[in-house]
Amino acid sequence: MVEWTDEERAAINKIFGRLNYDVVGHATLARCLIVYPWTQRYFGGFGNLYSPATIMANPMVRAQGTVIVHGLDRAMKNMDKIKETYAELSVLHSEKLHVDPDNFRLLGDCLTINIAAQMGETFTPDLQAAWQKFLQCVITALGRQYH
Amino acid sequence: MLSKYEKELIATIWERVALRAEDVGAEALLRMFTCFPKTKTYFDQKDLSPRSPHLLSHGGRIVEAIAEGAKNIDTLATTLAPLSVLHAYQLRIDPTNFKLLCHCILVTLSCRMAEEFTPVVHAAIDKFLSALSAVLTEKYR
Repeated sequence: MVEWTDEERAAINKIFGRLNYDVVGHATLARCLIVYPWTQRYFGGFGNLYSPATIMANPMVRAQGTVIVHGLDRAMKNMDKIKETYAELSVLHSEKLHVDPDNFRLLGDCLTINIAAQMGETFTPDLQAAWQKFLQCVITALGRQYH
Repeated sequence: MLSKYEKELIATIWERVALRAEDVGAEALLRMFTCFPKTKTYFDQKDLSPRSPHLLSHGGRIVEAIAEGAKNIDTLATTLAPLSVLHAYQLRIDPTNFKLLCHCILVTLSCRMAEEFTPVVHAAIDKFLSALSAVLTEKYR
């Protein structure tokens, strides 16, 4: 089981407390689809993803972005049992969505970049370290049920 | 693959970044050492505390080398040949670490540029840093 210090818990809660889930979710998924275009393979039903502008304007991207950040919120609220919390989500991503787990890191990196843009110098190296540790737990948990 | 527009964007941005080479470089290195402690193994005995003389000078050198590459994107391999030799035969840093430093450089830029660090800017710089990393490791074997 992952051990969290009080400082790390505080850091993760502080970061989530600063986020507008709809805004950051949308911005993160859009950024991922723009910066890593091969991730668009998982969103064939989303319609127009032809350019950065159309990706940003796409209402399905916006909606899915919110879903994703609410999913991360569950991990934040269950930091001591992320693996159990994400068991069903892991099966979903593996069996139904067939997402290569390497893509979880790409989305995570885009979220980190958006958080950095929003928080500026208050996203200190120590805060970032706690955040990266949290992301790694999320990514590991999501990839756990793959076989 | 970098378009003409992206190359110009990269050159413009890095010219600005190079004006704060030590600050940006030291911050990126500190983020990397704090988030990914295994990267410290390449800096044994060095003072890696925030804004230490070593962090500032080393960070500055890294950013200035990247800026030099940004001015010569079409001739990256020739421009960076001496650094490529250094990394292959002397430093021998495991290639996975380049991704970690590139990520921390991107986070540092995002903190400082905020909404200016758009997905298009992010993509261009990420592609450029990947190409640069490839040049630095191309003589490894």
